[in-house]
Amino acid sequence: MATEGKGTRTAVFRIWRGDNNGGALHDYTTGVSEGMVVLDAVHDIQAHQANDLACRWNCKAGKCGSCSAEVNGMPKLMCMTRLSDLPLDRPITIEPMKAFPRVKDLITDVSWNFAVKKRIKKFKPRPPDAADGTWRMAQEDIDRVQEFRKCIECFLCQDVCHVLRDHHKHDQFIGPRFLVYTAALEMHPLDTEDRIAELREAQGIGFCNITKCCTKVCPEDIHITDNAIIPLKERVVDDYYDPLGWIWKKIRRQNERAPEPPLA
Amino acid sequence: MPEYETFTHDVLVIGTGGAGLRAAIEASAAGVSVGMVSKCLLGKAHTVMAEGGIAAALGNVDDRDSWKVHFADTMRGGQYVNNWRMAELHARESPARVRELEAWGAVFDRTKDGRILQRNFGGHKYPRLAHVGDRTGLEMIRTLQDHGIHRGIDVYMEVCVLALLKDGARICGAFGYDRERGRFRIFRAKAVILATGGIGKAYKITSNSWDCTGDGHSLAYHAGAELIDMEYIQFHPTGMVWPPSVRGMLVTEGVRGEGGILTNNEGKRFMFDFIPDNYKAQTADNEEEGWRYTQGDKNARRPPELLTRDHVARCIVREIKEGRGTPHGGVYLDISWIKKRISNAEEHIKRKLPSMYHQFKQLGDIDITKEAMEVGPTTHYIMGGVRVDSDTQMSNIPGLFAAGECAAGINGANRLGGNSLSDLLVFGKRAGEFAAKYAQSQSLGGIDQAALKNLAEEALRPFEHEEGENPYSVQRDLQETMQHNVGIVRDESEMQAALEHLKTFWERARHVGVIGTRDFNPGWHTALDLKNLLTVSEAVTRAALERKESRGAQFRDDYPEKSEEFAKVNTIVWKGENGVMQIRREPIPEMREELRQVIEEMK
Repeated sequence: MATEGKGTRTAVFRIWRGDNNGGALHDYTTGVSEGMVVLDAVHDIQAHQANDLACRWNCKAGKCGSCSAEVNGMPKLMCMTRLSDLPLDRPITIEPMKAFPRVKDLITDVSWNFAVKKRIKKFKPRPPDAADGTWRMAQEDIDRVQEFRKCIECFLCQDVCHVLRDHHKHDQFIGPRFLVYTAALEMHPLDTEDRIAELREAQGIGFCNITKCCTKVCPEDIHITDNAIIPLKERVVDDYYDPLGWIWKKIRRQNERAPEPPLA
Repeated sequence: MPEYETFTHDVLVIGTGGAGLRAAIEASAAGVSVGMVSKCLLGKAHTVMAEGGIAAALGNVDDRDSWKVHFADTMRGGQYVNNWRMAELHARESPARVRELEAWGAVFDRTKDGRILQRNFGGHKYPRLAHVGDRTGLEMIRTLQDHGIHRGIDVYMEVCVLALLKDGARICGAFGYDRERGRFRIFRAKAVILATGGIGKAYKITSNSWDCTGDGHSLAYHAGAELIDMEYIQFHPTGMVWPPSVRGMLVTEGVRGEGGILTNNEGKRFMFDFIPDNYKAQTADNEEEGWRYTQGDKNARRPPELLTRDHVARCIVREIKEGRGTPHGGVYLDISWIKKRISNAEEHIKRKLPSMYHQFKQLGDIDITKEAMEVGPTTHYIMGGVRVDSDTQMSNIPGLFAAGECAAGINGANRLGGNSLSDLLVFGKRAGEFAAKYAQSQSLGGIDQAALKNLAEEALRPFEHEEGENPYSVQRDLQETMQHNVGIVRDESEMQAALEHLKTFWERARHVGVIGTRDFNPGWHTALDLKNLLTVSEAVTRAALERKESRGAQFRDDYPEKSEEFAKVNTIVWKGENGVMQIRREPIPEMREELRQVIEEMK
């Protein structure tokens, strides 16, 4: 389908159009130039053929996480998916994320994610380490948390997670994004809050059976499963199923909250 | 007359970037009810793209730094036409605003002794930018967002404001629509804070998000507020130039802060040839000294690549114009050369500049640890905006406040890198604080139903002519005109021509048509944004015509020198009673003696 003409090359984009009541795939043919990404093609179609084609986007630089969609069935940021990496000899399919209710065309209702985040206990720092109200942290102690904080909230990990996508457990499971969020709080060197009980109960960490699909689609290359979810699962296990650990934590928790000595 | 859904708050914040979030947090802390309106989803605003860092004289890396040095640097960078009181408040208060972010969960890169690390940046005498690799904006917006959601603030996502509402002279709310279904919304409020960011989408080549369409500038202007310094648009020296689809995408100044150098197609490091007199004393005159500076040698002076953005951008334009550019019309920015100096260069670059590495690898097939990048100037930031009181951030309209990029004053003729994020925090907080205070002394204003009816009709007009012109065509032609006629290098005749073009664009904008329904319809949204883009474009052009000199970001080919006369004035734009844009020059108030001394001491 991609045609090579006199300096112009085209490709076919098969885009899902419709709303929560239904819809269908529509074919659009548009020009392809060097370096183009999927979002460029969608913008081209929007500007010249279908002004009312709805898609979210902000930065077009892989930093805001707005333009999530499924390109040839793979959850992707449209702004970071190069056409040169796709087989342009057949139509490129672009569909909305499947784990969320459809709004219009490529737009889904992701408000559930914002509601989930609100329910997670907020950051609660220990008292400052120094008289001027500042803290001391070593870089190596924050490397892991900084990895989690790279998250751009594109919700592709939520989209691909079978607990949400196939089993629709949105009311029992917070999904990989918010396990990473919780991990960033739990592993923050200054944080004193305890979120383990909720993780096990209301947030349903047990539903995750570590298939690592979330890690595979993360555009920020966060090791979601290995670095965030598995350590959290271990904490839950330690808290609930290890009797010695349980008693130790009970004692420790009473003495906790005293700040660790500053580094310098 | 249909009934529109109405929401009532003490304080309404328009915009959910850094300034809007910080303002909302502060207002809610004062105990008033706060609503936030966002064109996009929460946490996606343009602040997310800020890379380099937050400028604050913490003195963690070099204890010679202080608010005085930061103040003097900001004024020098702004060519002394800044609002000096805002520059003072900004320099004094930004350290506390950064520490506060840490208390709310931000995780900045650390010094060896465990404090917040600071990096070098253009125009800053000492390492001053608190940062997280090259994704500081994301860290900042996420910290504010995650802190803000627990404060009882109501957030209206994907709602766009079309007009501010007034009761007599004072502000009483805003009128807009939700993007999802196109339903009109009324927000009643005692005070309104504009925090809508910039205007980059008025230009073809820009580092800005789609949402930077000058909404706050335009809303304020049409409500009767004054705009100041609109001629000053910052063209960031280093945007990507290839491939075409990413043209304009930002390459952080942090690359140069970490030792990156600019060269032309002859391999020459051209910045050494053009060091302005007022920066000679603090700029390295040889490569060796420049390198030592980037590696933290306190006795070295900074390399000329770290001169202010206006100057570096013009030097790059000259290299390209004189035929010493790269194949795709830029110059080379090289960080890979540091492998000659340090052993683990590849790993170092990836750790210090992870997004840049990723961005070039993924979008340009370039490995920046091995080869040079091609870069050229890109429209990045507007120094001008709503004229506000330096301490309270209130405009000349009672109850209307502004903060962040859509407000003006602190940056003068050119903004230093890193001063934007600190500006959002310092003046976002002040706007929130004073808007709450103001709201507590007011009652709700009345809504003029006839005005609403007109606004709704105007907004729906594009649906009446389905055969009308495509709104995207008008937007594209406007961007071309601003890019070519009111860009980095300006002159009288090109800008006069731009004004003529703008007239026709206004006319075309009135006759655009949209297809489809009111449900999430980008064609309609684009048609509605045109008014804002046209308003700010006209303001920029008129202000640039008025300032017959070159200063900071404003460079006039026909007046290439600074003038004594214009050194003493700001330009002010407002809407005349006949609806025509008016302009005047206004003297800059005399600086306090104590501040003048600070500047003298730091010369």
